[in-house]
Amino acid sequence: MIARLVPGDLRLRLIAAFVLVACLSQLSHLPVAGAALAVLAVASLGRVPLRRLRHVEGFVLLLFVMLPFTLPGTPLLTLGPLEMSREGLARAALLACKVLASALVLLAFLGAVEPARLGAALHALRLPEPLVRIFALTPRYLALIRDEIRRLREAMRARGFRPGTNRHSWRSYGNLIGMVILRALDRARRVDEAMRCRGFTGRFPHAALPRPGLRDWRGVVLTAGLGVVLVLADRG
Amino acid sequence: MIPVVALSDLTVTRGGAAVLRGLSLRLGTRERLAIVGPNGAGKTTLLRCVVGLERPVAGRIALFGNACGGERDFRPFRPRIGFLFQDSDDQLFCPTVAEDVAFGPLNTGATAAGARARALEALEALGIAHLAERVTHRLSGGEKRLVCLAGLLAMRPEVLLLDEPTNGIDAENMARLRAALEAFDGAMILVSHDAGFVAGLATRAMLMRDGALVEAEIHDHPHLHSHPHLHPKG
Repeated sequence: MIARLVPGDLRLRLIAAFVLVACLSQLSHLPVAGAALAVLAVASLGRVPLRRLRHVEGFVLLLFVMLPFTLPGTPLLTLGPLEMSREGLARAALLACKVLASALVLLAFLGAVEPARLGAALHALRLPEPLVRIFALTPRYLALIRDEIRRLREAMRARGFRPGTNRHSWRSYGNLIGMVILRALDRARRVDEAMRCRGFTGRFPHAALPRPGLRDWRGVVLTAGLGVVLVLADRG
Repeated sequence: MIPVVALSDLTVTRGGAAVLRGLSLRLGTRERLAIVGPNGAGKTTLLRCVVGLERPVAGRIALFGNACGGERDFRPFRPRIGFLFQDSDDQLFCPTVAEDVAFGPLNTGATAAGARARALEALEALGIAHLAERVTHRLSGGEKRLVCLAGLLAMRPEVLLLDEPTNGIDAENMARLRAALEAFDGAMILVSHDAGFVAGLATRAMLMRDGALVEAEIHDHPHLHSHPHLHPKG
């Protein structure tokens, strides 16, 4: 269902997702936020791999642990010196709905897009070149850096290292992190050199993207419309 | 005839120690020079000097007859000199093979369609057209090597600098690499510690020891030898 909303053109897709998330962030009533979450969850059913929501779940959980006990208001429950307030619980629920709804929007709109394509789209939207380049190159080299960490850790284990809570372990992990950063810097330097050898002078040769079609614009209008309706419902 | 690469009295130091000591070298238009030497002899540093990635403390570098000193001097010549890095992962930074091979032509002003055509042509010439849409970081070591080379050939260079071209390569891709290098119509510096591979391709050879070059002779003679090797059972 959400496929009808998502514009095919990546630039417009980024804009649409941005507008919708911006609208979601303005909601201040739990029923509206809850309804928004429900609508988005139903719409994106089968399109968004739900396990990817794990990345935000920790944050949502933290909200539920912290907010009810820190926001003053009508007490609901007393645990020793801690008091759980109705207002805090409501605020946590509101924020959770907004966070999850926003995450669903981002996953549905951009979850399956390759970072490099996203980089080209961000470039087309006139984002600063260095930011786009960092964004596009990070995923490519993250795998290599991860491999490097794995190899270093295996080599440590092979020499009998057993992590524990002691000075030796902390120092060893400190060295490991330092070494990974040094190697990443070295790698960055060599990648830059290899790019310069192939004639790179600081401007990424992104291919021009085709003009967005009518269907793409319709997606933006529908998505933005949904956002505006939500904000109006929240205000009214 | 003007040499494509001319180095004279090059000295490079690193951390106070000399890596290259007054090294001189001339590379002719069609010459294939093999430089063989142990690890740490300064072979990679020599190649880095040629494309201006390393600055000598003394000596002169001339590319195609033009003296080169700073980054600006080297820039216009880099597309004419293909430098194969020792570690393929340093070179392959685009998500797909076709995009990576097209990177060079795009930098030199080719259109998107033109760059793609040249990329596919380079891949075809190396016999790896089937890799075009593959993701670069999931390739095997040998495939990465050939894709890197395709990225250089797509720029139609006049000189190839190959730093340990046989690094991490398997037998099948080794044959493709050798065929591609034999077919390359230009000058070449092959740097390796694998004397067997480079000696077969080169027209001239030099030995590198402690930052200096000495002329060497390539000769081919039958050896009467025995060595252990493996065959499948049965």
